[in-house]
Amino acid sequence: MEITLKVNRREVSADVEPRTLLVHLLRERLRLTGTHVGCETGYCGACTVHVNGTAVKSCTMLAVQADGADITTIEGLASNGDLHPVQEGFWERHGLQCGYCTPGMIMSAVALLDANSNPSEDEIRHGLEGNLCRCTGYHNIVRAVEYAGAKMRGEEPPPPDWEVSA
Amino acid sequence: MSTTSVLGGIVRRREDPALIQGTGAYVDDIKLPGELHAAFVRSPFARADITSVDASAALAMDGVRAVYTIDDVRDLGPLLAQVPVGALRPLLADGAVHHVGEAVAMVVADDRYVAQDAADAVVVEYEPREAVVTLKDSASDRVKVNDSLESNVLMSWAGPFGMEPDQIAEVKAGIDAGKARDDVVVVSQEMTNQRLIPVAIEPRAVLADYNAGYNSFNVWSSTQMPHALAGAVATMFGLPTTSVRVVAPEVGGGFGCKLNVYNDEILVAFASRHLGAPVRWTESRREAGNSTIQGRGWVATATLVGTRDGEIVGYELEGLADMGAYSQNFTVAIPFLGLFVGSGQYKMPTYWKIDCVATNTATTDAYRGAGRPEAIYYLERIIDMYAREIGLDPAEVRMKNFVPAAEFPAATSPLGFAMDTGDYATNLQALLDHYDYAGWRAEQEAARAEGRNVGIGLASYVEVCGFAPAGLADLGFSWSAYGLPTAFNGSGVVRVNPDGTATVVIGTGPSGQGHQTTWAQIVSDQLGIPFENIRVRHGDTAESPMGVGTFGSRSAAVDGSATYEAAARVREKAAKIAAHLLEASEEDIVFADGAAHVAGSPDSSVPWADIASVAYQPHKLPEGTEGGLETHVVYSPANATWPFGSHLAMVEVDADTGNVEILRYACMDDCGNVINPMIVDGQIHGGLAQGIGQALFEEAIYDEAGNLLSGSLVDYPIPTAGDLPAYELARTTTPTDINAMGVKGIGEAGTIGAAQTVVNAVVDALSPMGVRHIDMPLRPRKVWQAIQDARG
Ligand code: FES
Ligand code: FES
Repeated sequence: MEITLKVNRREVSADVEPRTLLVHLLRERLRLTGTHVGCETGYCGACTVHVNGTAVKSCTMLAVQADGADITTIEGLASNGDLHPVQEGFWERHGLQCGYCTPGMIMSAVALLDANSNPSEDEIRHGLEGNLCRCTGYHNIVRAVEYAGAKMRGEEPPPPDWEVSA
Repeated sequence: MSTTSVLGGIVRRREDPALIQGTGAYVDDIKLPGELHAAFVRSPFARADITSVDASAALAMDGVRAVYTIDDVRDLGPLLAQVPVGALRPLLADGAVHHVGEAVAMVVADDRYVAQDAADAVVVEYEPREAVVTLKDSASDRVKVNDSLESNVLMSWAGPFGMEPDQIAEVKAGIDAGKARDDVVVVSQEMTNQRLIPVAIEPRAVLADYNAGYNSFNVWSSTQMPHALAGAVATMFGLPTTSVRVVAPEVGGGFGCKLNVYNDEILVAFASRHLGAPVRWTESRREAGNSTIQGRGWVATATLVGTRDGEIVGYELEGLADMGAYSQNFTVAIPFLGLFVGSGQYKMPTYWKIDCVATNTATTDAYRGAGRPEAIYYLERIIDMYAREIGLDPAEVRMKNFVPAAEFPAATSPLGFAMDTGDYATNLQALLDHYDYAGWRAEQEAARAEGRNVGIGLASYVEVCGFAPAGLADLGFSWSAYGLPTAFNGSGVVRVNPDGTATVVIGTGPSGQGHQTTWAQIVSDQLGIPFENIRVRHGDTAESPMGVGTFGSRSAAVDGSATYEAAARVREKAAKIAAHLLEASEEDIVFADGAAHVAGSPDSSVPWADIASVAYQPHKLPEGTEGGLETHVVYSPANATWPFGSHLAMVEVDADTGNVEILRYACMDDCGNVINPMIVDGQIHGGLAQGIGQALFEEAIYDEAGNLLSGSLVDYPIPTAGDLPAYELARTTTPTDINAMGVKGIGEAGTIGAAQTVVNAVVDALSPMGVRHIDMPLRPRKVWQAIQDARG
């Protein structure tokens, strides 16, 4: 089936099988490998992208369902070489280690902050429950999102809370 | 207390810009032209004889290139294991299967979907046999796990280490005699330290490409041990190691589960050679539960003998550890790592014996902490029970029994190991003071008065990391099975390039630990070359010196030390050149800010680029100086390192639902000097999450027939952000004396410290109801049941 969609601000067309998952279209055909696969069953969130501005796990959507949609992947988040504040937050607050969950986590965090510009720690934690990370224990992911939220609100981000000596 | 960080700077990670923009390449992101895809036919039975394999339907499918069975690969021999005790895994099932998910056949096809469809079309006939799944059943040898085994009990690890059996028996007899004293209590409890699935978020993946012209392989694998894999491929195919290049590109988490050579890695290499095309395989989450190693899986009884005023008279641990059906890399050696730390921070007669028992389940091996979380769990749980029994505060009991600081350095643990440095009492006191332990207790009292079930858990731990001393090679700490009979040395190459930048090449293969950043800091500190002008390369056996891999919290202490030394030697040579250029004396040369300076003469300096350019123009060098500015150091430490720490948790239990909420989690870790505090914190955070995950959520559950019931992420709930608290971290600093940087290692500390801290807290919360112990994971149902049982 021939589908046409917008990916990272560019129009693309592709001929796909009905069973092709959106994540496979992105990764295998469009070679946008920043979107990762951790489970293929909708639980880990590594494959999260934005479809028409909403965070979607791209392993739970067929490519044909994305016909006509406007999609943003991690590769399209920075604009003109400037990192998105959430990307910056992850870098500044050590919100990633192996980086495998990171693109999906960042896409979910962007959606979270779009919906709630000043979330509490609890709201951040629960808002990211659909994205699993095995490396960071989430502490610095929360701090990264707080950093980004402050930046997006035009505020000074809270200082880092690196370990202190007793 | 002072911070004596050698470097100690917070530097944003070099790795991150690629990873946050989606341009880091993991194995599955690398594509080769003409690549084929493998899929496996896996056993639905835990134990069965195979009567036939019919691949005709699969082979008839469009796009299927080959279906392999053991007949095709038997000549390669079984999968190599570093500690080959027990049954070794045939590359594909050889007439029988011994665990659910065992690979019976491999299909190779043009694409991933076709390969999977074809695997489903392979017809295997089985004659099911009785499987043994639980430890005690298996240890009885009622039924053999595998016809080739004489006993399901493969071996035992007993201690004190280094003693003859009769001497160990004497230690045990001494503790037994103590039990008869009338001033002691004896506290004993059988506990399960459940099996866990590591769950790296990146599934394992491998891509192999055989080159017939060179008779050589290129292999990309999501592995923690690229050199060992290269050695294994070379050994199994009868090639020199120079004919195999392994690249571990970005690796999406490892935690020990990628510290193995797997049959799939060998099989895709075989298929690539056979078919003359690149072949890849990426594990699905569903099969990962059985196709990747699991960890833990102990049932043991801890017994503590102590006086009523808190002096421990003796400690025993006796039990069984689950090895699964086949031994792979370290499998039976994992409990040995537990023996190292079996007496924890305490000075007390200790007897320790763990039997390694095979079962018809997936192989177990190293999972973050590997033997050490298990050992510390039993010890710290039983000490808590003892404290409760005699009515002393758990902190006080611990304080009374620590190995005294005066015995360090090189204190010998009761189990016979020399520990580098330690100051346990200072560390615990720092924890109590820094977080106001008394205040926590007051808060608990107040909560209890309101009818809330609030508990506080305390636990102390030692870790041992950097299993690198050359002498350990004789005990199996080597990659000798993979044709690399070297000690677990550290290695590092430091090269100053002609333009004055530096390239550092290390033999380890990190999986998120930030080596590019930390190593650049080490070298920048040594040479005064700016951080951004240093590039660290790793994970490619073609360009790196022989390296052991990233595991056992070893990288900074062992490979970091090698790099530190290599940089120091490069500096020495550069100082000679600089002295020559500046007409100064070598002793007066100092390096900083990208240049060599003459101490005391601010105007006299020469930038690195000039030194380097001269280094590569031998005619301009001082007489007798060789060209180039590069050193490779192979480093062998005198001992492992022994980090330690104490943790505190406050939890609240909802008695109506059994739900546990962690209100606070506070640490006082001591990993010696710290290179990058931000990265060290991150390691602790991740470790804590895995320890808390074990305490509250995770369990690999097998049914009686040997089916893994918790293979998906739904049935195996690793913690989410909403499940975990914000962590409070602080540290004491007791540098090691066995390496120049004074660093010990931090990769596993959080995991080793956490599980018992949480369980101690939950039991503390429920002890007024009479709850004494609950086996992990403390899921709501189990906690609720324990409350019901205690209430009678
Ligand atoms: S890969 Fe889509 S949710 Fe895991
Ligand atoms: S950073 Fe490794 S899984 Fe999140």
